[in-house]
This record gives sequence, structure tokens and C-alpha cells, in this order.
Amino acid sequence: MSGILNSSIGRKFAMALSALFLMFFLLQHFAINILSVFSPDAFNEASHFMGTFWAVQYLLQPILILGVLFHFVMGFVLEIKNNKARQISYAKNNGGANSSWMSRNMIWSGLAILAFIVLHFIDFWIPELNVKYIDGDMSGLLPNGGYRYYEELTHKFVNPLRVGAYVLAFIFLALHLLHGFNSAFQSVGANNKYTNGLKGFSKIYAIGVPLGFIFIALFHHFNH
Amino acid sequence: MNLTLKIWRQKDANDKGKIVDYKINDISPDMSFLEMLDVLNSELITKGDEPVAFDHDCREGICGSCSLYINGEAHGPDRLVTTCQLHMRKFKDGDTIFIEPFRAKAFPVIKDLVVDRTAFDRVQHAGGFISVNTSGNTQDANSIPIEKVNADKAFDAATCIGCGACVASCKNSSAMLFVSAKVSQFALLPQGQVEATDRVLNMVNQMDEEGFGNCTNTGACEVECPKGISLENIARMNREFLTASLKG
Repeated sequence: MSGILNSSIGRKFAMALSALFLMFFLLQHFAINILSVFSPDAFNEASHFMGTFWAVQYLLQPILILGVLFHFVMGFVLEIKNNKARQISYAKNNGGANSSWMSRNMIWSGLAILAFIVLHFIDFWIPELNVKYIDGDMSGLLPNGGYRYYEELTHKFVNPLRVGAYVLAFIFLALHLLHGFNSAFQSVGANNKYTNGLKGFSKIYAIGVPLGFIFIALFHHFNH
Repeated sequence: MNLTLKIWRQKDANDKGKIVDYKINDISPDMSFLEMLDVLNSELITKGDEPVAFDHDCREGICGSCSLYINGEAHGPDRLVTTCQLHMRKFKDGDTIFIEPFRAKAFPVIKDLVVDRTAFDRVQHAGGFISVNTSGNTQDANSIPIEKVNADKAFDAATCIGCGACVASCKNSSAMLFVSAKVSQFALLPQGQVEATDRVLNMVNQMDEEGFGNCTNTGACEVECPKGISLENIARMNREFLTASLKG
């Protein structure tokens, strides 16, 4: 048991568990964000709950940060180890004949997502920490009395450059998920009679969720 | 057919090696790929040049000796065949064909297109067997009922010929398809259960020590495998390994 993370299978198992956790988080994030399209009030209520409920703030949020860090660090560790396993490249390699572009370029789509997360943290997470834990304002209210979350969200999507960066990032996220979703299940040993059905669902998730995020960004850009 | 061959030439394990161009003419489309190389070598020997070294033995897709990376794919562009079963009709007159050795740190080049695949033997020695007392008390295999579906899957896994195409095709040089086939052929049968825990732990440990990369589930190995070994075996090995790790 102690050496499990030192083994190739243990590392991919840990990578898959962090991926499954992050995919669940992404779905939850999307479910809250899509509320902003239909009901600003519902979005504000949900955001305030997530931003102030102790279990989310002090339990789930640190787990999420650790999950994100672990996934990226382990991704780089695996990439370095894998590059060492073939020191001389082929003069001609036809990777497209036997595998998808997404599966061969997870490191690049992952790096694009990492760059997006840095931007996203600067846009939302760091200002949020600043208001709550530096200024000490846990009310979630604007000076005029209404909740601030919807206003902050729509304000961020005024700049077309930021919207463009978000759209591009979600395209890379879709590419990452198109391989990553199924790969995570394979890594934890789930390859059985349900695999074909899971592949269909993974395509819906991998395209649907990022497309939904793109829709939210464009909706607020063109409606405000 | 008239062809241009771009072949990896390397005098020995210490030589740097390089791609060398050869022109070859009047190749029959009915020849096998190895027969085409035989023709090239005859010409090279006639001219007093060093023939191209390549592995081959049975030439009927059973032994797993032939191991060429042809035009960017292990065993060439055809599916479910080894290099010896690949025919020249898969190429066109005037084609340029790249011929390289299987590349992996764990498969060092010995000479030209010949690589050292004894890493697979060491993985197999680490646990790819069952210990049976054969001193006259061996039980008849047919006396143990085995579900048809499991027997079929075990047989399919056992068809792995250990050629190394999975390692060569994988962008990470991972050997998981090979090792998982060897684990699965025992894990699916009652005879393999006694040593199941030690087997998977020891074989995976040896695989890692040999310097193979990590599987990232691209599926290239399954596509290029001449015996059609399924990725299902890798998932089974993952389960076996995780269960064994918790027990151990």
C-alpha cells in the first residue's frame, strides 16, 4: 500500500481520481453559473451560499485547490517521466493513424487550461478572497443593498478580449475532456459492458459543459 | 514497384546511427515486407556492403520476432498483422518508406533495426507463470469448470506474442498492454488465483524498473497490436494491482 504512488498504475489511479473530482466540481460550477442566464436572483443566492457556507469555504475549497494543484503537478511529473522513456524520437511517426489528437496532446490542452485558471483566479477568486478575508465583508452585498455576485459576473464579460480568452480556454477544456473523461474511468479499472455507453455520455459532457460555459460568457457579453 | 527506402542504420549499440536512403526496383506487390528487405540485402551483399540487420524468425505472425516501425507505425500500415505478414501491395509504386527500429529506452538498439526486448522477458520472469507441481499429481485442466466468457478472454490475452508493438506505438513507451495481457491470462483463470497478488505487484514493479513509460490511455497500442489485445486487459490489470496493493 505504501508504495502505491511510486508505481505507474498508482500514479495514474491518483491522476484519475483527481480528474473525476475536478469533473464533478466543473459540473457543479456550471450548474450555478447557468442560473445567471435565467435568474440573477437565483444566481446570487447560490453564489452567496457557496461563498459563505463554512463546509464549502473551509472544507471543500481547500480540497478543490489541492485537487487542482495535484492534477497539474502530477501531469507534469508524468509528462517528464514519459519523455524519458523514449530518448530518441522516430524520424517518421504517424500518431494520427492510431490515436486521437486530444489523447496525444493532453499536456498542451492542460497548459492552456492552467493559463486560464490563473486568469480566472485573478478575475474572480482573488478579488473574492480580498473582499471576504481582507476587508472582512461577508455580507455579499453592494452599497445599494443588492447582492454583488451577478453584477461582478456581468461586469467581467464586458471586455471582448476577456470573453475571447474564456471562449478559447473552454475549447481547450473540451479537447482535454474529450480524452480525459473516458481515460479517468479506464485508469480506475472501469472497462466493461457500460464502457460504450460511458463513451457516449463523455462526449455529451466534454462538449456540452464547455459549450455551456461559452454560452454564458457570450450571453452576458452581448446582453450587457 | 520501384521504391525509396529510408532505413535506420546503426553499427552497434554505441553508434549514433542515422537514416540511410536506398533505391530498390522491381519489387513484386505479392512479396512480404521482409522478402523485400531480403532482396535489398542480397543487392547490398553483392555490392560488398553491410546488409541491414533486422529481427525475424517464423515469418507467419506467431513468434513476435519481427519488429519494424514502418512509415510511422509499428508493423506498418496494415491492421492485425506483424511485419512478416505485411505485403508490398499495401504500398504504391514510387513510395518512400521509412523503416526504423522500435524506439524505447527499455528497448535499446543492438544493430540497425534490431532491438533488445529482453525487458519483456524479465517482466515475464517476475510473475508471468503459475507454480504447479508436475511430479505426477497434475490435475486434469478440464476437471475445473471455467465460464466460457472468461476462458475466451484468457485465451485472447494469451495470444499476445510479446512483439513490443504496443511499446513502440505508445507515445510514452508504455508496456501496459503487454504486461496486462500476461496478467490477465492468469487472472481470469482459477489456476492463476493462488499467486495473483504477488504476480501483478511483481510484474508491474519490474515493468516500472525497466524504464517503460506511464499509460495515458491513448489506445494506440490496441490499434497497432497485431493480435488485437484489448485495452480491457489494462483496466483489469489496474484493478488487480490496486486490489493487490491494498492487500499487500
